[in-house]
Amino acid sequence: MTTNILPMLPIILPFLAGVIMLFLGKRPMPHRMISAVTSLIMVGVAAFNVYYVYVNGTMVTFIGNWSAPFGISVVYDMVAALLVLTTSIVTFFVVVYSFQSIGYERERYYYYPMVLFMITGIIGAFTTGDIFNMFVFFEVFLLASYVLITLGSRKIQLQEGFKYLVVNIVSSNFFLVGLAYLYSVTGSLNMADIHIKLSNYDGNLAIMTIVAVVFLFVFATKAGLFPLYFWMPGSYNAPPMPVIALFGALLTKVGVYAIARTYSLFFTNDVGYTHQVLLLLSLLTIIVGSIGALAYTNMKQIIIYNIMIAVGVIMVGFSMMDYAGTVGSMYYLIHDMIIKAALFLLIGFIIYRTGKNDAADLGGLIRQHPVVGWTFFIATLSLAGVPPFPGFFGKLYIVESAFDNGHAIAAILVLLSSLVVLYSVIRIFIKVFWGEPAQPIELKNIKSDKLLFSAVGLVIISAVFGLSADFLFPIFEMAAESFFDPSSYSNYLMGVE
Amino acid sequence: MELVTIILSGILIASATYLILSKSVLRIIIGVSILSHGVHLMILTMGQLKRGNVPVLDDSVSSYSDPLPQALILTAIVISFALTAYSLVLLLRNYKELGTDNTEDMKGVPHDD
Amino acid sequence: MKSTLKRAGYSKVQRQMNDVFIHFTSKVIFLIILLFSINLFMAGHYTPGGGFVGGLLAASAIILLLIAFDYETVRKMIPVNFHFIITLGLTLAIVAPTLLFFFGTPFFTHQHTYINVPVFGEVAVHTAMLFDAGVFLTVSGTALMIVTLVGGTDE
Repeated sequence: MTTNILPMLPIILPFLAGVIMLFLGKRPMPHRMISAVTSLIMVGVAAFNVYYVYVNGTMVTFIGNWSAPFGISVVYDMVAALLVLTTSIVTFFVVVYSFQSIGYERERYYYYPMVLFMITGIIGAFTTGDIFNMFVFFEVFLLASYVLITLGSRKIQLQEGFKYLVVNIVSSNFFLVGLAYLYSVTGSLNMADIHIKLSNYDGNLAIMTIVAVVFLFVFATKAGLFPLYFWMPGSYNAPPMPVIALFGALLTKVGVYAIARTYSLFFTNDVGYTHQVLLLLSLLTIIVGSIGALAYTNMKQIIIYNIMIAVGVIMVGFSMMDYAGTVGSMYYLIHDMIIKAALFLLIGFIIYRTGKNDAADLGGLIRQHPVVGWTFFIATLSLAGVPPFPGFFGKLYIVESAFDNGHAIAAILVLLSSLVVLYSVIRIFIKVFWGEPAQPIELKNIKSDKLLFSAVGLVIISAVFGLSADFLFPIFEMAAESFFDPSSYSNYLMGVE
Repeated sequence: MELVTIILSGILIASATYLILSKSVLRIIIGVSILSHGVHLMILTMGQLKRGNVPVLDDSVSSYSDPLPQALILTAIVISFALTAYSLVLLLRNYKELGTDNTEDMKGVPHDD
Repeated sequence: MKSTLKRAGYSKVQRQMNDVFIHFTSKVIFLIILLFSINLFMAGHYTPGGGFVGGLLAASAIILLLIAFDYETVRKMIPVNFHFIITLGLTLAIVAPTLLFFFGTPFFTHQHTYINVPVFGEVAVHTAMLFDAGVFLTVSGTALMIVTLVGGTDE
C-alpha cells in the first residue's frame, strides 16, 4: 500500500495543486498560498521518501497494476529520491522568491500553476522507469517551460522563446526517432528490461551505437553540452529571474540525468566509443563555458555560462562510469542544483535592487547590504568547491576517478575550471560589493524580505549539505550504485518474473 | 511495404528540414508539424507493418499485430497537437508584438528590462 | 478575413454574412456531429474511438457553428467558459486515477462492474471512463480555446 502511494505522491501533488489553482481563476493571493504550501508538503514527502528508500531499498509501483515489462513502472531509487528532494527544495524557495519579484500581471496569468506543472514533468522524468514515459514527461515540462519563457510577452522573451521552442521541438522529435530505433532493436520500453535484454544478447549490437548518438544529441540539447549549447545563453537571458533560476537549476539537470541513466543502462557494449565521445564533449563544454564566463561582465551571462561548466564537470564523472566518478557526479549534481538556484536568486536581488544587469556599473553595495554581500561570497566559495562546501567532495571524486582511468588531461581541466569559476564569480563580488561606483547608483525601493529569505535560505542549505557530506555518504554511495552497477537498478524485475 | 513507408518518412523529414530552415515563422511551424508526421510514420514502421490482425480482442483471431507503436504514436500525436497549437498562438503574439514574421527581422531585439 | 477580402477588391463586405442555408444546415449537422462524437467516445473502450477523437470531433462541431455564425452568436448559444471546461477535464483526469488509492491498488488501476440499465440491458461501467471523460473535455476545450484565440482577434 505505501509503496503504491509514496512514489506517486511527488508527481500527483503539484499537478493537483495546479488544477486547483486553475479552478480558482486569476486570483494571485490564493495561488501564492497553495503553491507555497504544496511545495513545502512536497519537501516533507520527498525527505521521507529518501529515508524510506534508504531503509527499504528501491520503491517500485506499477501503474495500472500491469506487471513490469509490459506496463509503465515508476522506479523510485536513491537517485530519483535525492533529485526529487532537491527539486522540491529549490521549488519551494523559488516560489517564495516569486512573491515579490515576478510581478502582479504574471501572477494573474497562471504563473504558479505553470511552475507546478513544470515540476510535475521534471519529477516524473526523474522517477519513471519507462523510456517512453520519460519522453512524455519531458514534453510536459517542456510545454510548461515554453509558457514560462514567454509569459509576460516582453519583446526579448518572444524572440528568444520562439528560438527555444523550435530547438526543443526538433530535438524532441529526434528523441522519438531514437525511441523507434531502440524499440525495433529490443522490443521493449521498460528501461530495466532493455538493460537485461541487451546484456543477455550475444550478437552484434553495432546499431546501439547509432542509438547512443541519437540519444546523446537529444539530451545534450536539453543539458547544453558543447556543440548544442548555442540556444542557452540567449534563451536563459530572456525570462524574469525566478524563471531563470528554475530553468538553470532544474531543466539542464534533467538532461544530465537522462544521459547518465541511458548511458549506464543501455549503451554498455561499446564503451570505448560512446563514453569517449561523451568525455570529449564534456571537456569541450567546460572550455567553452569558461571562455564565456570570463568574457562577460553581465552578471546573468556569467552565471549562465557557469551552468555549462558545471554540466561539463558532472558529465566527466558520468562518462567514467566507475565507482568514484559516479559518486562524485551525484554529489556535484545535487550541490549544483542548490547553489545555482541560490546564485541566480542572489543576482536577481542585486538586479532588482539596482536595476542594472552589468557588474561593471555597480560598486560599494556592501555598505547597504552586508548580509547579501557575505552570503554571495559564501555562495561563490561553495560554487568553486572550496573544502568545507559540498562542491569539493564532488570534484575530489571526479578528479580521482579521471586520474584512475588515465585521463590526466580531463582531471587537470576539471581542476582548472574551478579556478575559472572562482575568478569569474568573485569578479562579480569585487565589482558589485567593493570599491566605489563609477556613477552613483539609485537604489530602488522594493520589498525584499522574501527575496532575501529564499536566497540566504538556499545558501544555508548548501552549507549544511557541505558540512554533513560525510554523514550523507552512504546515501550517495547507494545512489551511485544504480549507475556503476546497473544490475542493481534492474533487480526489481527479478521479483516479477 | 516497410521500404515504401521508410522512403515516405524520409521524404517527409527532408521537406520538413527544408521548411524549418526557411525564414518565415509560419513555414517553420508547418515544417515542425511535418517533421513530427515523418517521425510518427517511422515509429509505425519500426514496429513492423502487417504482422497480424487488428489488435482488438476477438476469439476468432490468433495473431495480432503489435499495438504498442500505435499507442506510442497516439501519445506523440496528442503532444504534437498541443505543441502546434501553442506555437501558432505564439506566432500570432509574435506578429502583433514584433510586427514581423521574418526571423531575420526578429533578430537583435534590444533588451528591455 | 475581412481585410483580405477588401484587398482582393470586394468593396462592400457585409458585417456578418447572413446565409440562411448555411445557418440552418449547420445547426442540424452540429447535432449529428455531436451525437457521433459521443458515440465514438462511448465506443472507445473495446473498439476504435475514445476521449481524444471524440473531443476533437465535438470541438469541430462547435467550430462549424463558428464558421456559419460569428463568435458572439456562438457564445450566446453555448454560454460555457472554455477555460472552465479544460479545468474540469483536468480535474477528472487527475482525481479519477488518484481515488483508486483508496482501493489499495496502484495509480490508474481500473475497477469495473456491470449494471442493468432499463433500455440498453447490461452495461459495463469502468472507472477508466471517468478519465476518458476528462480527456474528452480537455481536448475539446483546448481546441476551441485555440481556435477562438487565433481566430477571434481579427479586428
